[in-house]
Amino acid sequence: MTQFSNRRLRVLLAKLGMDTHTIGVTVIAHALRDAGFEVIFTGLKQTPEMVANTAVQEDVDVIGVSSLSAAHLKHLPKLAEFLRAKGAGDKLLIAGGVVPFEDIPLLEQAGVRKIFTMGTETRVIVEYLKTWWEAKLAAEARDA
Amino acid sequence: MSQTPLAIARGVLAREIGAGARLIRWLEEGDPRGREALAAVYPHTGRAHLIGITGPPGAGKSTLTNALISEQRKRGRRVGVIAVDPSSPFSGGAVLGDRVRMQQHALDEGVFIRSMGTRGQLGGLSRATFDAILVQDAMGYDVVIVETVGVGQDELDIVSLAHSTVIVSVPGLGDEVQAIKAGLLEVGDLFVVNKADRDGSEQILRQLELMLHLREQTRPNQDWTPPLLRTVALKNEGVEALVDALDAHHALLQRTGAFTVRVQERSRHMFLGLLREQSAARIMAEAMADPATAVVILAVDAGTLDPYSAATQLLWRLSLKVG
Repeated sequence: MTQFSNRRLRVLLAKLGMDTHTIGVTVIAHALRDAGFEVIFTGLKQTPEMVANTAVQEDVDVIGVSSLSAAHLKHLPKLAEFLRAKGAGDKLLIAGGVVPFEDIPLLEQAGVRKIFTMGTETRVIVEYLKTWWEAKLAAEARDA
Repeated sequence: MSQTPLAIARGVLAREIGAGARLIRWLEEGDPRGREALAAVYPHTGRAHLIGITGPPGAGKSTLTNALISEQRKRGRRVGVIAVDPSSPFSGGAVLGDRVRMQQHALDEGVFIRSMGTRGQLGGLSRATFDAILVQDAMGYDVVIVETVGVGQDELDIVSLAHSTVIVSVPGLGDEVQAIKAGLLEVGDLFVVNKADRDGSEQILRQLELMLHLREQTRPNQDWTPPLLRTVALKNEGVEALVDALDAHHALLQRTGAFTVRVQERSRHMFLGLLREQSAARIMAEAMADPATAVVILAVDAGTLDPYSAATQLLWRLSLKVG
């Protein structure tokens, strides 16, 4: 562990394009907050570039995209590209919502590291992020 | 992005948002690299016009901040924003949603918005927020806006040490006098009734007018009379007049030298806060290492020694050891 203790996982939750379904993202936001994470919400109707800029300004560790309007193949690869172009390629990009299984390899190839499909329980997402965060902190402690 | 303090400091001075965001994160987390980088950029601070925006939840602070950013940008200024929202006292987590209202500026290179949770951290919210302000100041933002819910001593510190403090109120909160919490009336430089197109705005304007009139009587010969303005931030009404008033206040502070005085007050406030925090940490560490502490704690637990005497006795013992 690092010496200073005020570290906290920061997550940006985003909605891209014309997708205006907010219930899922709201539930996730509260679950992550209750797990002790700091959640920043972009609001609706974001472009991939807006989300990438926000991720840089907020220096988040994780970007989570909620997608329920079948536009994931259109927006997510672009977001991954913008993140890399803006020097934020090391941030963890994940997504959740309505994503057909056959699209998952395409998204993973584009740089989305994990996709949570319909019906995923919030604690599964929390556990995934906790594990990822602990591994990241451990790697940093080794490098230091 | 290279992660050495020097590289980050260089990036901050080159106005790279990624570097500024990283430095704010280091400072917020107490990472020692943050102190080193801050020391390097510190000589470039003290120029930004720091505007504090505060008021009750639902007053429209974020929407007003969004409108202020637009108007400041129209006037050719680069704008930094620190949006503070409460963290959960239970989990320590937070949902920070202020910037939802400001995302229209997400593609504007001249705007840098950073959300911040109160975190309940050692040294208080004020230090982390002042740190973030310093970073944006060093990045050459002409205006830095800090938005907070105006409750608690830390938040009062922030607003009272801004150059220009805007107190936002709204009609319909019930008891209009309660809408302005104790302390805010005293520190406000500008007063705004937002959502002024709603029912009840006349009442709250009258109430505020009266309270400000009383305030004026207790402090005669002031060179600034706080203006009372009405806005409808969502429709961008009254925002130009608000920025005009902010500019007038800024000009007055520059003219009278009060601008520099507030920067000095802020530095001193930070210094004393750090001194207090670090000396307390040192004494606590020493006390915990002293075997006598366990005995004193047992006595306090048992009720045979009162907490006041216990603290005094232990500190006396520690000071003898140091001397």
